[in-house]
Amino acid sequence: MSGDGTTAMVEVRGVHKRFGRLEVLRGIDLDVRPGTVTVVLGPSGSGKSTLLRAVNHLEKLDQGYVRVDGELIGYRRVGDKLRELPEREVLKQRTRLGFVFQNFNLFPHLTVLENLVEAPVGALGVPKDKARARALELLERVGLADKAAEYPRRLSGGQQQRVAIARALALEPKVLLFDEPTSALDPELVGEVLDVIKDLARTGTTMIVVTHEIGFAREVADTVVFMDGGVVVEQGAPARVLDDPQHERTRAFLAKVL
Amino acid sequence: MTAVTPEKAPSLRPPADGVGELTIVPHRRPWRLVTGLAALVLSAQFLHGLAVNPGWDWPTFRTFVFSDSILRAVGVTLQLTAYGTVLGFALGAVIAALRLSGSPILRTIAWTYVWAFRSIPLIVQLVFWFNLAYLYRRIGIGIPFGPSFVSFGTMDLLGALGAAVLGLALHQAAYAAEIIRGGVLAVDAGQLEAAAALGIPRFRQAWRIVLPQAMRGILPNAANEVISLFKGTSIVYVMAIGELFYQVQVIYGRTGRVVPLLMVATVWYVLLTTALSLVQYWVERYFARGSERHAPPTPWQRLRAAVTEIKEKRA
Repeated sequence: MSGDGTTAMVEVRGVHKRFGRLEVLRGIDLDVRPGTVTVVLGPSGSGKSTLLRAVNHLEKLDQGYVRVDGELIGYRRVGDKLRELPEREVLKQRTRLGFVFQNFNLFPHLTVLENLVEAPVGALGVPKDKARARALELLERVGLADKAAEYPRRLSGGQQQRVAIARALALEPKVLLFDEPTSALDPELVGEVLDVIKDLARTGTTMIVVTHEIGFAREVADTVVFMDGGVVVEQGAPARVLDDPQHERTRAFLAKVL
Repeated sequence: MTAVTPEKAPSLRPPADGVGELTIVPHRRPWRLVTGLAALVLSAQFLHGLAVNPGWDWPTFRTFVFSDSILRAVGVTLQLTAYGTVLGFALGAVIAALRLSGSPILRTIAWTYVWAFRSIPLIVQLVFWFNLAYLYRRIGIGIPFGPSFVSFGTMDLLGALGAAVLGLALHQAAYAAEIIRGGVLAVDAGQLEAAAALGIPRFRQAWRIVLPQAMRGILPNAANEVISLFKGTSIVYVMAIGELFYQVQVIYGRTGRVVPLLMVATVWYVLLTTALSLVQYWVERYFARGSERHAPPTPWQRLRAAVTEIKEKRA
């Protein structure tokens, strides 16, 4: 279905999402090619987090669809309808998508290692010793191998977020989704988390990153998407969107954050 | 803020008036000493009274406190507490799950249950269950509103002890349900979201992620409930079940020695409640793991630290 580099790994089409009377997403189209990094920018309330959550069905859609690697997420087509999948099926699909939260959401009563082992064992049925070995490899990769036995609250924010990234990687997902991964961190801890994400980008992990870090976008993104008011205002290579924006709204936003 | 040039920077040396060299003395609290002494004197008076007032009749107390009939009664009390706790919290967990479910019908049923069993006094319920055979002579299993396949005589199925356990458990379940629900609601919504994002199956989410964290909120209230149930079992004396309080009444009815026998019951209730409180402390400590940066020291560790400190001071 994919893998030839031309079809999208993530395909978002005509997505609408309403919270009561407020329409947060008003027709979003987006393609993410395999092995690329897409950075989503926009003012708060522009719908970028909702879009990210819609990709792994943490938000139900009112219209449109999301496909990952050719597979509809959260729905199945029945005639001319999209019928929501039972939760069990949705949970299975989510094991192929990694999600990193702004507030880490590590499990505080489990050690770092147990945090990483929980999903592979509980959701995929990976044998425990295998999951452990893999978890230790991942902790090595994010530079926290010595913290395996620690409880998350004893780590700094930056360390916690690196554990959260390792936890998402433990399922070997096809796509990683980052929801403002550095917004809850003290300024001096932002760099270590961005370094881990940059390292993942170099190894060809497909990623969608919602962030306010313009410098990171410029350095790492293959595509920058600017959202405002629930629509994609413009998208393209970082040099084009960040240095030569075509829309007044993009210019106004960049003027404020740069 | 204005820039301060080095020449103009205020001197950090203490002023030359000598205030910096004076000794600092904490505020004195003479009334603490007075009230403390008064409390000690009153306590000593009370303890002295316990020892010398013949009304307490300690020889009678000694005769009965470990007598067979009292020990058996303590056993019944513990049994009622254990059944009430286990069945009550098991049913309470189910009701809490119903109240947190997505189905409005199940939510309403759970709400109604809690409403009903919190509204009816326990003693009324107990007498009611005791008289169940008056309403339903036989209880059967079969097609609703249709014929039944098997049926039992209500009195055979539900003796006095059974009726007491049933009443206590149903009553306890209503309170347990609210306590469990409260604990679950206190768990950060991000935890469920993270579990869902990782694709962890629903039951495992509840069992591995939510419940262990909810336990921290549940335990202090649950321990309260268990202790109050333990003492509350004394209410089933109305059904002439030989638990501790009933047995004590039987004995003082026969011997006329009311006060020493009440002390027998009191001492047992206090001892066992203390044991339950100790269990509570250790269970809470277990579920607190990971919740703080450093686990607080146990009382034993605190004692040892204090002893070491004193030793070091002497050395």
